[in-house]
Amino acid sequence: MQPTHRSNRILLPAKTWFVYLSLFVALGLSYIPTGRFPGIPDWVAVVLTFWCIREPLRVGMGAAFVFGILVDIGLGAAMGQHALAYVILAYLATSVSRRVLWFPTLQQALHVFPLLLLTQVIMVLVRVVGGAEFPGGWYFLSSFTGTLLWVPLSILLLLPQYQPLERDDNRPI
Amino acid sequence: MLVLVAVCLVMLVADLRFRYLEVLRQAISVVTHPLQVAAAAPAGFVRNGAVYFATLVEVQVENAELRGSQVEAAHRLLRFDHIERENEELRELLGMARVVVVQSVTAEVLYDAPDPFARKVILDKGARHGVSSGLAVVDARGMIGQVTRVYPVQAEVTLITDKEQAVPVQVERNGLRGVLVGSGRGRLDLRFIASDADILPGDRLVTSGLDGVFLPGLPVADVISVEQREGAFRRVRADPIASVERAIQVLVLGRATPALARPDPSMQIMDGDDEIKAD
Repeated sequence: MQPTHRSNRILLPAKTWFVYLSLFVALGLSYIPTGRFPGIPDWVAVVLTFWCIREPLRVGMGAAFVFGILVDIGLGAAMGQHALAYVILAYLATSVSRRVLWFPTLQQALHVFPLLLLTQVIMVLVRVVGGAEFPGGWYFLSSFTGTLLWVPLSILLLLPQYQPLERDDNRPI
Repeated sequence: MLVLVAVCLVMLVADLRFRYLEVLRQAISVVTHPLQVAAAAPAGFVRNGAVYFATLVEVQVENAELRGSQVEAAHRLLRFDHIERENEELRELLGMARVVVVQSVTAEVLYDAPDPFARKVILDKGARHGVSSGLAVVDARGMIGQVTRVYPVQAEVTLITDKEQAVPVQVERNGLRGVLVGSGRGRLDLRFIASDADILPGDRLVTSGLDGVFLPGLPVADVISVEQREGAFRRVRADPIASVERAIQVLVLGRATPALARPDPSMQIMDGDDEIKAD
């Protein structure tokens, strides 16, 4: 089936404060101590990918770097581990954003999955080269859960952009 | 992109290899700390909830166990008092330095550190309670780790099963020394044991105190297997004695810095020096 832009509605521009608020909420979620329980999604990576695809001119590698450092410090990981992975993630997400947006949300998730997996592979490589122990195959489960989050997250993060400034039943927005 | 990637790589090397970035980490953690505390609240609810819903039977069983161990501990304590007095007298007779009295802090493990690549836990006591970097952490049975990072009201402990944590130990039976390093998967490896060394499965490993950081004599691990390998060293595997990854109540032991005065250069050594020079 030929993909069309029909699946997209006309949206209001996203507000900068909302973009950064969502990133900070994701940061707070990633700080919740869950121990060694596998499959906790990397919230910041998913939200960052979302905004890099939706607003590539506003959120990019700079924000990825800053939030990567914040995650590194909060989780007690090596400084630069998440930052490096997120910068590469942001680069790839912004470069595929025009293509991905042609697809409906479910198929967008399929595009997002390899990006999230690559992020984790980079982090594993960095730490194993640095001498840490391999955390086991279940570590990669969080890419899958992150991908599953894509659809609900798209609806949630686009809600404010769906709201018209004033109600008008004859207007398509 | 290349600039940011390069910055990240430089930071990684600076942090993992040289540990240069601790100051920066502390500075930025002031900003992230409130968010961390807020995020840790749900974990606290879950923990307290589990305690609240503990059944009466569990509490009774635990109570009986505690009574038993208290009687045992009391018996040991009585003997300990006696032995300590005796020890002091003997030390006085021999003119040895006094054993250091160590200040310790009781703490509770809040949660596992979220970094899945390392085996670390977070304690609920920090610099404000007198915890400082490098101190040994023990539970009721033995050593569980070492404080590696201190925040104002929290501290990060690297467990002895972490791959980057080394503990200088000796075999309790014969004083053979070695370095105990985590091997991943909750096991420990005793490194650099010569192939003709006297070590057997079942030997108990205690801290040797040679590093001047840990107190000597803390139980650490039991040897479970000794394999002969090609080369000069044996492969010695050990299991930790303490419940390293499940401990909740722990004790942060103070530093084992003996308050020794620098010894006067004795006459004998001076004489020896002179003789050597004269030769």
